[in-house]
Parts: sequence; structure tokens; C-alpha cells
Amino acid sequence: MLQVRDISTYYGQICALDTVNLRVRPGEIVALIGANGAGKTTLLNTISGILPARHGEIIFEGKTLTRLGAETVVQFGVSHIPERRQVFGTLSVLDNLLLGAYHRRDKLVRDDIAEVFELFPILNKRQNQQAGTLSGGEQQMLAIARGMMSRPKLLMLDEPSVGLAPLIVREIMRIVADLRTRGTTILLVEQNAKAALGVADRGYVLENGRIVLEGTAQELMADEGVQKAYLGKGERLQLSRCRADTNLVCLENDGINSCVVCPHKDSK
Amino acid sequence: MQFSKRTNLIAFVALGIALAVIPNFLTNNYQISIMILIALYTILTVGLSLLMGYAGQISLGQAVFYGMGGYITAWITVKMGLPPLVGMLVAAIITGAFAYVVGIPMLRLRGNYLAMATLGLNVIFELVVLQETAWTGGPDGFQGIPKFSLGDLVFKTDREVYVLVWIIALIVIVLSLNIVNSRVGRALRAVHASEIAAEMNGVDTAHYKVAVLVLSAVYASIAGSLYAFWNGIISPSVYHLTFSIELVVMVAIGGLASVWGAIFGAAGVTLLAEFLRNVLPQLLRGASGEQEIIAFGVILILVMIFLPEGLTTGSLIRIRKWRADRASAK
Ligand SMILES: Nc1ncnc2c1ncn2[C@@H]1O[C@H](COP(=O)(O)OP(=O)(O)OP(=O)(O)O)[C@@H](O)[C@H]1O
Ligand SMILES: [Mg+2]
Repeated sequence: MLQVRDISTYYGQICALDTVNLRVRPGEIVALIGANGAGKTTLLNTISGILPARHGEIIFEGKTLTRLGAETVVQFGVSHIPERRQVFGTLSVLDNLLLGAYHRRDKLVRDDIAEVFELFPILNKRQNQQAGTLSGGEQQMLAIARGMMSRPKLLMLDEPSVGLAPLIVREIMRIVADLRTRGTTILLVEQNAKAALGVADRGYVLENGRIVLEGTAQELMADEGVQKAYLGKGERLQLSRCRADTNLVCLENDGINSCVVCPHKDSK
Repeated sequence: MQFSKRTNLIAFVALGIALAVIPNFLTNNYQISIMILIALYTILTVGLSLLMGYAGQISLGQAVFYGMGGYITAWITVKMGLPPLVGMLVAAIITGAFAYVVGIPMLRLRGNYLAMATLGLNVIFELVVLQETAWTGGPDGFQGIPKFSLGDLVFKTDREVYVLVWIIALIVIVLSLNIVNSRVGRALRAVHASEIAAEMNGVDTAHYKVAVLVLSAVYASIAGSLYAFWNGIISPSVYHLTFSIELVVMVAIGGLASVWGAIFGAAGVTLLAEFLRNVLPQLLRGASGEQEIIAFGVILILVMIFLPEGLTTGSLIRIRKWRADRASAK
């Protein structure tokens, strides 16, 4: 369905992706895991046309997406739910959903909204509330719901679990699995490797802009390197460094993100 | 700021009634001409407020579009002898097309390049108008522009012009409110909230930014045509850069991304300017009325410090917050 072939992406002189290859087959859930700064977001942005690739090719259902803009890629059936949710904060929940269906001209948009409300009852209750005033978990649900409104064949999620309580993370993963049974193929980017590999069929590990490992979810979970780096088995509890973008420190070996707000700016 | 359809309708009807009643209280032509100016500035600022509020771009060249509307209209009606309506429409089309060309770099560049580009444009426009005497009349101005007419209906006196300009201003207001509340408006508001996310959802943001620029230019051109018909003569001093800046001040004071704010900004600044022009020389000996621009600067700074969202939007937000605080205190 999706083929990423030898993609390299640069920020000026800095190489953020180095000849990356990745495939997603119809009906799969594919996890992409990697540490901060590995290039996960860069890869999704390259696929969805926000960043241009310097080399390589991106093929979706036989058609090339490589040099198309983001507003065109979504029309091919690829929906990207960005990092940190990016809901339209000043617009109502309903307007956010309608924007998800922006390029559609068919009459079924209202039906799809009803369906999305069934999937996320909380959004139904809050449909006239400003999206910016929703809680973090609710905003993530809205971001997914908005992504669904374009009727994507492939849904790409960038760290949907970040900053959410374990219970909500489980809920989000349940929804991801549910979407697949409804016929949507999924590419899931996560730092929370345990949660991601829990729902995925296959996975890729990205390090410093390169794919260093790929395999089935079971294979990756059994891999010693993955366990050490991302699942944290057999290690003492350790706090990650403070993430500048979310201002959170997380228990790295918890698997499930349990995060707290950084106590000090310079805390390690 | 978003208002419900009902609020917009009530406000619109109230404005219509007020405008119908006001002429009865105006005793001299000076007062009527101020009201005509407010209508023209409303047409200008509503477009600029959409551009600044939704496309996030500042234009320092609205005076150019206003001027193009005036000069093209003058040329078509005086030199070619065509009817005023034709002059106004052709001017709007040419000015819109020109704005499109100016806006094309926006398709590629991000950031506030438009402010710089239009600033340069305004300076060039002033020079051209002054130098190209054969086309524009130079410093003496372009003279002999006919009154606006539709068939036998001629808008001759200031009271008749008042009706004409306010009808067109009201049409512009309705049109703009409808745009803001349509699918296009939703897309514009999305671009305003998050440009990247808007693109991810299939909104061609660059296209929309240029479209808003063209719309604001067409509005400006229409206002320019109306000014030319009303005044009968147009001269370069009107299209000076300071006028472009004054329009930005009106929008900033009224409130960005708000059609109603733009109207208040236009009316408030115009009335204040007239007040200062009359009062300032009496208060400060030796102060010429032109020093009103300094007073504007001070007012703008105060508004930006205390009500950065502009007077209308800013005070509405304050009032809502105050009510909410009081409700929760109980
Ligand atoms: N706009 C940019 N300009 C320059 N460098 C950038 C830019 N965006 C990202 N980078 C760099 O590219 C690398 C990959 O960043 P990317 O955001 O793709 O990482 P990531 O895997 O998504 O990390 P995280 O899990 O923290 O979100 C990092 O070293 C980052 O500093
Ligand atoms: Mg990232």
C-alpha cells in the first residue's frame, strides 16, 4: 500500500533521514519506534508532503506522492495526525471535524460525523466547545476523529500517547485497533514502544535517521536491543531527561508513559 | 472573534436602522462628508481586517489599491466616456488581478513578506502618479470625474452619495460576514489557528492567503471609485503611505479578524482624527492638525498594551471573563 524507498530528508545541511525504506501493507498496523530526535516526525512529515525529500520515492497505491504538497496528499487517502495534536484551538469541536472533511464533496459528511461521535461519545457532548479548552486526552481523540473525517485509507499517528495517563493510552490503543478492524491501515509512531508493539503487527526501529531493525511485533519485543533501549526490562527505574517540547519527565522503563511536569527547567 | 448568526443579524439590523436615522441629525455638509468617509474607510478596513486577521499578513499598500480604483475609474469615465458603473467594475477587476500578481510570491514564501512588498509598492505608486502627468494629471490631480449614476438615477448631492456609499458598505459587510461563516471562512479560521494542520487537512493555505489579498484589493478599489465619483477630482496626496498606515491602525484598534471591529476602528479613528484636527491647534499653540499622527501613535501603543486583541474583541473578552469570574465567585 505504502512504499517508502531510499528516502533522505535534510534540514539545510543536516541529514535527518538517511536512505529510509519502509512498507505498509493493506490492513496492517505498523509501529515506528525510536528515541527523541531519531527522525520519526521527519519521516511522517516527508510522507505527508510537509517536508520535501531530497532523494528517494514515496509510492502510495501505485501512485507517487514524492513531490506533492500536504494539501494534495490527503486527497489520495493518507491522513496525518500530527505530533502534539494540533487541533484548531479557536474553532469548535464540530468545526474541527468539518475541517477534517474539508476536501470532500460528497453528502456523507454528516453521517460520518455521527459515526465519529459514536466512536468518541465525549466529543458529541462537547461539540460546541472550543477545541483549545478540551483536556489533553480529549484533544487527542479529536485529532484522531478529525483525521478519520477525510475517510483515509492510511492513517498516520505521531505519538498519540505522549503526556497521557496510562488508562487513556490504553483507550487510544484500543481505538487504533478498532479503526483497523473497520478497514483503515495504520502507521503508528511511538516512543512508548510497549504500547505500540502491543497493538502492531510489524514494526521498525529508527535511530539517528536510519532504520536499524524491522520485524514482526513479537520479534521486536523479544529483541535484546529493543528491550534494553525501549522496553527497559531488567534495568533500574530511570527518569528520562526533561523534554523541551512537552515539559515532561517520564519513567523510561515503565513502558507505559508515566510522565510528570519537569520540576525545574534544568532538571535532568 | 466569532459571533452567532443571530448576533450578526441583530447587529446588522441595528446598524442599518442607525444609518437610516443618522442623516436627520446631520445639520451641515461637513458632518455628512465625515459619514461618507467612514463608509469608504469601512469598505477598506473590512477587507484589510480579513487579510490581517485570517491570512496573518499586513498590507501597507491598501492606498495603492484605493488609488488604482480611483485613477482607473477616472480614466475610463473621463477619457473613454464610458458609464460610471463600467468604470467601477473594470477598475475592480484590474486592481484584483494586480493584487493577485503581487500576492503570487506568497504562494512560495512564508512570513511577513507582504508588508515589505506593499510598502515598496506604495512608494512607487506615489512616484508614478506624480510623474506620469499625461496619464494621471500629476500633482494637479485628475479632474472632471462624473457623479455616479445608474441610468437616470444620479447620485449628486452629499446626501444622495451618503445613501450610495452606505448601501455598498452594507453589501460588503454582509458579503464578508457570509464568507467568514462559510466553508471558506472555516478554512480561513483554520489557517489562522494552525497553518500546518490546515494543510494536513487539505486546505491550500497559500491559495487562500492570495484570495483574501485579492478580495481586500477589490474592496479597496470599489471604495476608491466611490471616492472619485464623490469628489470629482483625485490627487496624489490622498494615496500617500500614511493613509495605508492609518488603515492598519484602524484595523488594529478595532480588532483583527472581526468585521464589526473593522467598522468601529474606521469610525473611531475617523472621528478622532477630525476631533484632533479641530481641537489640537487650539490646545497647543503652533501645533498643526497634521500632528494628529503622533496622537494616533500614542493611542495605538496604549491599545496594544492594554487591549492587544483590539477594542471590540478585547473588551468583549474582558467582559466575558469578568462575568465568568463573578459567577464562579458566588
Ligand atoms: N525544523 C528543523 N530544523 C532543523 N532540524 C530539525 C528540524 N526539525 C527537526 N530537526 C532535527 O531532526 C532530527 C529529527 O527530528 P524529529 O522531530 O523527526 O525527531 P522525532 O523522532 O520525531 O523525535 P521526538 O520523539 O522527540 O518527537 C532531530 O535531530 C531534530 O533536531
Ligand atoms: Mg516527533
